[in-house]
Amino acid sequence: MKRLSFARLNEFFAAIAASNALYLPVDNSKGKAEYKKWQEGTEMSRQLNTLRSAKDFFFPQTENLMEFKMDGKSVEVIDTRREAEDFVIFGVRACDAASFKILDSVYLVDPVDSYYKTRREHGVVVTLACARPAETCFCKVFGIDAADPAGDVTAWETDEGLMLRANTEKGEKLLSLTAALLEEGDERAVEAAQEKTREIIEKLPLSSLSTEGLGAGKTAELFDRPEWKALSEACLGCGTCTFVCPTCQCYDVRDFDTGNGIKRFRCWDSCMYSDFTLMAHGNSRNSQVERFRQRFMHKLVYYPDRSGGTFGCVGCGRCLSRCPISMNIVKVMKTLGGKNK
Amino acid sequence: MQDVKEFRPKIVAFCCNWCSYAGADLAGSSRLSYPADVKIIRVPCSCRVNPLFILRAFQRGADGVIMAGCHPGDCHYTSGNYFARRRMTLLFSMLDYLGIERERTRVEWISAAEGAKFSKTMNEFAATIAALGENKRLEDLRCKN
Amino acid sequence: MQELMKKRAIELLADGTCDRVLGWEKGDFAYDQTPALFHTAEELRASFVYNGFSAANLSKYLVKECRAGGKIAVFLKPCDTYSFNQLLAEHRIKREMIYVIGVACDGKADVEKLKDAGIDGITDIREEGECYVVSTIYGDKTVKKAEALAERCLNCKSRKHMAYDELIGESGEVVPNSGRFDMVEQLEAMTPDERYEFWRGELSRCIRCNACRNVCPACTCEQCIFDNPKSGVAQKAAVNSFEENMFHIIRAFHVAGRCTDCGECSRVCPEHIPLHLLNRKFIKDVNSFYGEYQAGEDPAARPPLGRYEKNDIEPGEAGGNRA
Repeated sequence: MKRLSFARLNEFFAAIAASNALYLPVDNSKGKAEYKKWQEGTEMSRQLNTLRSAKDFFFPQTENLMEFKMDGKSVEVIDTRREAEDFVIFGVRACDAASFKILDSVYLVDPVDSYYKTRREHGVVVTLACARPAETCFCKVFGIDAADPAGDVTAWETDEGLMLRANTEKGEKLLSLTAALLEEGDERAVEAAQEKTREIIEKLPLSSLSTEGLGAGKTAELFDRPEWKALSEACLGCGTCTFVCPTCQCYDVRDFDTGNGIKRFRCWDSCMYSDFTLMAHGNSRNSQVERFRQRFMHKLVYYPDRSGGTFGCVGCGRCLSRCPISMNIVKVMKTLGGKNK
Repeated sequence: MQDVKEFRPKIVAFCCNWCSYAGADLAGSSRLSYPADVKIIRVPCSCRVNPLFILRAFQRGADGVIMAGCHPGDCHYTSGNYFARRRMTLLFSMLDYLGIERERTRVEWISAAEGAKFSKTMNEFAATIAALGENKRLEDLRCKN
Repeated sequence: MQELMKKRAIELLADGTCDRVLGWEKGDFAYDQTPALFHTAEELRASFVYNGFSAANLSKYLVKECRAGGKIAVFLKPCDTYSFNQLLAEHRIKREMIYVIGVACDGKADVEKLKDAGIDGITDIREEGECYVVSTIYGDKTVKKAEALAERCLNCKSRKHMAYDELIGESGEVVPNSGRFDMVEQLEAMTPDERYEFWRGELSRCIRCNACRNVCPACTCEQCIFDNPKSGVAQKAAVNSFEENMFHIIRAFHVAGRCTDCGECSRVCPEHIPLHLLNRKFIKDVNSFYGEYQAGEDPAARPPLGRYEKNDIEPGEAGGNRA
């Protein structure tokens, strides 16, 4: 356990930024936190979490895959990838850190997504334990401890300063860059901070949410439940929940004709969109009920089916605060789950 | 070092079939010149020009976009250009509101008999755009290399 | 108010005036209400809610409901009745299928304002006179209603219902000087460079979630051009600044003269982009170029882009200050 005095936080960031691109949550013009590249004078946001999730670092909303140039009858395929730079994300919360594991289970299994893999290899994740979770938080429900987040390095804001613990080799390496600023820290300060956080978590209205009746193997029971209709009734079919979600992982591949070649890119797609399943033969999900059901069944049943029971939601609460009509996974769980009635 | 090339603006002119396109023809047969930088797109009526056409022209690399149609009152379809006038008025005002140079867009009424006006308008507009320089605020970099 | 509405809805269901009621359903924290259909008195008793956080404009749902048949009762706030009229004018909904209950509104609250003021851990919110009493896991906090008022309600244009079959609470008056164009004027007074920077700063945050479009009562196309793969402009993400601008310019243009300024676009934007400032620019321009026009005021009025005058202003004369 290492200790950094808050007074030296800026020096700490500078030391990291000397050899890595350092990103951390910064308040934007609307007072909402978003990840920005650190430079001298950048102030870290005091918000609980960023409006968009941290998945953008590994799975950006749009990404060029390759280009084609045509010359008569020949086609040249151009790999547009540049050498990836090393980067550090500071201040990732436990929920987002857990989401990386879910993304990994999709993109790092065969066939490995090399674009994603490269960024994962070049990124170092420094998590920050939550001091004051919000009413929309429910990571505990999925076995995530907001007081002890994963990541290459875990940080806690304690009475004695910022406590840092390296969890991986990458994390050790990062802390060695800043060794001159660090002292040995006392575990007890961390434990005290953790206890405070956990006390708050116990009081949160959604901490007692149950996953009973949901999860792996429940497709047959849940798929045709009549409640889906009422749940999806007000859904606008927008992509807000999907795009702020740290675990949504679907994308579309498109070609853009520039007039002198083709740029092939991918971009996030949303199962809430009417053309998500549009194929040559037509569309297999023609109503919003089906699309809505897909999104929640994926998080609560299909993904657990494939991952040995792990849910595809990390309880970050972004969809709760961003959905234009306030329909969200918690309401779905309460309606369909066993113990939440 | 790359050679610094002289800036040649790309201009798209939407011309209605009945008046302005015929005006361009007359300019040609009267041997009145207008810059080769002006690329004409013939439309059945100025009213056919959808705001998206204007934006797409910029996306595809235009530095200036001009729409030319029959004089108000002379529309081949009676009133198409009146509707087009309202649309372009609002669109250009919006582009200006977004900080996109007001001079990059223009509407001119040019009849089939006004070959000289066609040539003069296009020469003037090309000079305006050349002075303004490259369209940066409504550009799509993917289309520029 | 809520109890009166609930009681009336139960009566309307019982006497056969309607077979379902469109209203707001309570959520987990008082502020997270979902538009919902209520079919029975039990459903209404259990979860119908109307208070300072019942912000959603329910008029657009009527497009879908009119296709489903039957008779629908709907609660509409004053600004929602403008959208309702506009939908009628465009033949998107059928008047005879709908029973409109106009409900008074003294402005809706935006929970983000409470959160921005540092109130977190919210479990419940009660109205007490001019204040909201916010229960949080850290204890109760009291906030003046005025301080939590949503952005769009600060410039409320009308408290008058444009259409209703009956009223619950009072219908107010059109607000003569709502100040809703103040910000547009401020932007117009800036230099083009400043305006460009302002809009880049705002629109660059767009995540293309389409919430603004999908919530908009004026956006009722069967298939949006931006979703149509044959249009050549279908996009699922804005790849660069051009695409961000294109989407928002075209969307605002398509609702120009039809937008009632209900403010739903800005309310739902997850990135808090002031999209209403685009719509208000068109409204202001229409007013100054073609005469005062308020969409949704009169369903029989001809829309400004669907008519013309021989001496209309020329495009070259429009636009703010010149560079």
